[in-house]
Amino acid sequence: MSHSFTAEPDEKGRFGIFGGRFVAETLMPLILEVEQAYKQAKQDADFQAELLDLQKHYVGRPSPLYFAERLTAKLGGAKIYFKRDELNHTGAHKINNCLGQILLAKRMGKTRIIAETGAGQHGVAVATVAARFGLPCKIFMGAKDIERQKPNVFRMRLLGAEICPVTAGAGTLKDAMNEALRDWVTHVENTFYIIGTVAGPHPYPAMVRDFQSVIGLETKTQIMEQEGRLPDILIACIGGGSNAIGLFYPFLDDRTIRLIGVEAGGLGLDTQDHAASLAGGKPGILHGNRTYLLQDSDGQILEGHSISAGLDYPGIGPEHAWLKETGRVEYVTASDDEALEAFQFCTHLEGIMPALEPAHALAHVIKLAPQLKADQLLVMNMCGRGDKDIFAVAQHLQMEID
Amino acid sequence: MPQTRIDHCFQTLAKADKTAFIAFITAGDPDIETSYQLLMGLVEAGVDIIELGMPFSDPMADGIAIQNASKRALKAGMTLAKTLDLVRRFRQHDSQTPIVLMGYYNPIYQYGVSPFLTDAQSAGVDGLIIVDLPPEEDEEVCLPALKTGLNFIHLVAPTTHDKRLPLVLANTSGFIYYVSMTGITGADAPPENLVAEGVARVKTHTNLPIVVGFGIKTPEQMRRFARFADGVVVGSALVETISHTLDETGQATDATLSQTLALARSMAQALNE
Repeated sequence: MSHSFTAEPDEKGRFGIFGGRFVAETLMPLILEVEQAYKQAKQDADFQAELLDLQKHYVGRPSPLYFAERLTAKLGGAKIYFKRDELNHTGAHKINNCLGQILLAKRMGKTRIIAETGAGQHGVAVATVAARFGLPCKIFMGAKDIERQKPNVFRMRLLGAEICPVTAGAGTLKDAMNEALRDWVTHVENTFYIIGTVAGPHPYPAMVRDFQSVIGLETKTQIMEQEGRLPDILIACIGGGSNAIGLFYPFLDDRTIRLIGVEAGGLGLDTQDHAASLAGGKPGILHGNRTYLLQDSDGQILEGHSISAGLDYPGIGPEHAWLKETGRVEYVTASDDEALEAFQFCTHLEGIMPALEPAHALAHVIKLAPQLKADQLLVMNMCGRGDKDIFAVAQHLQMEID
Repeated sequence: MPQTRIDHCFQTLAKADKTAFIAFITAGDPDIETSYQLLMGLVEAGVDIIELGMPFSDPMADGIAIQNASKRALKAGMTLAKTLDLVRRFRQHDSQTPIVLMGYYNPIYQYGVSPFLTDAQSAGVDGLIIVDLPPEEDEEVCLPALKTGLNFIHLVAPTTHDKRLPLVLANTSGFIYYVSMTGITGADAPPENLVAEGVARVKTHTNLPIVVGFGIKTPEQMRRFARFADGVVVGSALVETISHTLDETGQATDATLSQTLALARSMAQALNE
C-alpha cells in the first residue's frame, strides 16, 4: 500500500466512508465557517505560536515520557513507557484540544462556550480555558454522570462554569451531546461548541486530532532521545478516541509500529453492558458523523456501559472506524474488572494513579507485555490521572472514604 | 420527476387561495392503534398534509415534546418497518392526503437506503424530511429518493444565507420547509415579521411552495403566519396534547383522540377563515 494514512479526511470530511457532516441545516453554515476558520488558523504562524506558548507555560508541555521500570520488571517482557499526559494542567489530555478550540473561538469572535462532558475531564478543561479567556461557558452533563463524578462537577463550578444536568435518555455522555447540539442550534450566532473528542461533524474529528497530535509528536522526539529509535507498540484507551488518535496519528505511516486501541469491555462483550463500539457495534449515523455505533436492528442507539464515565459513549471517532477497516490499528477490549485491577496494580507499583480510562489501556499492557521480548519498546498513553475516580473505585472495592 | 400527491395538493390549495395545514405526529405515539386513529382523524379535521415522525432514540433537533413522543413510540414497540405499515394501512382508506416522513438518518441507514425508498414508495409515502441530511450529503438519500419518485424536502433556516440557498434548493422538490428560528422544535417562534422577511427572501430564489414550521402552536398564530406562508406546520402543540391526555401509565384515554383532534379542527378553521 502506497497510500498515506495521514491524507484523510477528504474535502467532505470523510475517512473512507466514515465521518461527514450529518447536521441540521441551521448548523451547517456555521460548521462550514468553523472549517474555514480552522483551515486559516492552521496556516497562521501567530495562532500556532500562541498555542505553543500556552501548551508550554499553561499546560506544562511537553509531558514526560517515563520509563516504568518496576512495571517492566514485574511483567517481564517489553520495556514499558508511559506518556505522562496525566501531568498536564487539569489532569488529562483534554486540555490540549480545549486550548486549540478556544483560541479558534476567540478568532471567530464567539462570545459564549458550550461543551458536553462524560467523566468531567473535558468539562473541567473547557471550564478552565473559558476562565482563562474570560468567556462564559455552559457544560452539559448527564445527570447520572454528575452523580458519579462529583469532584469534577465541583471543580467546574469553582471555575465559573454553569452545569446543565441532562436527564434525557440514560443521562450519560450521548445525551449530554444531544443537549449541547440543541443549545448550539439555538445560540448559533454567538456560541462556539468545544467538542471533547474526535467525533462530531467535519471539521471536528480532524481538528481535535490535530490538537491532540502533540502527544504523538512529543513521544516521537522523546523516544528518539531516550532509546535512539522509534517504539514497537503504542497502546491507548478509546472512548471517542481523542487521546489514542493523538498518540497514533504521527506514527500512522510508520507501518512497522503496532498501534493498539483498547475499548471499554464493561461487563463483557457477550452482555449488553459494554461500550465497545468497534467490537460490538456497526456503522451508523449519530452526532454529525458516520461511524461505528452501538445500536439495535432498528437503528436506535443503545447506551454504552463502562466503569469509566469517560468511555461509555456508544460511538467512536470516524477516523478510528476507518483505521479499523483498513487494518492499520488493532482494536481490543478490557473489562471493568481488568481496568480496576490495573488501576490498583499501577498505583502500588509505580506510585502513579491512573484514571479509569487509561487503566483500560494498562490492562491490555499487562496482558501483552509478558508475551513480548525485552528489547521491544512499548508506549502507553497515561492520558488522565485517577484522582477523580477514587470515589467510584472505593465503591467498587467496597472501601469507605471518610 | 412525475407529479406527486404533494405537488397536486399545493396546486389545488393555490387555486382556492388557501394555506396548507401540515400536522406532525410521531408514528406509534402513544401506541400504533391510536396513532392510526389520529392520522385518519386529522384528515377529517381539515389537515392537508401529514408529517409523520419516524421515532429515533436521539432526536437532536427536537425539543422535549417531540423527544418524549419518540420515547413513547419506541416504548410501544415502534420501528421503521411498522411506521411504513402504518402508512400502508392509512393509504387503503385515503389515496389523496400526502404523507411526508420526518426523522433522522440512522434508522433508514440500518433499514438500507434502497429497500427503504422502495418500501416507502410502495407504502404510499410522498416525501421525506431527514433532519440530519443537509445538501452536502445529498447523495446519501436525497438523490436516490428523487429517482424513486419521492420528494425530498430540505430545511431552510434563518442561517441559510443567500449564497447558500441555491445549493439547498437545488435538489429540493415538493415544498421548502422554512425553519422559523434558530432553535429546536417546540421553542417559541419569533415575531412574524422576522419570519415573513425570511420567507420573502427564500421566495426570490424559488417557485416551490414555502411552508413554515417550528414554534407555531395556536390557531391565532397560524392565521398570522398564513398571510405569507404557503403552508404552516404544527407539531409540538399536537404532540403535547397527546401527552397531556394520557393516563398515569402512559396509555391513551378517550380524551387523547378527542382533544388532539379538537385542537386540529380549530387550527384548520383558523386557516379557512
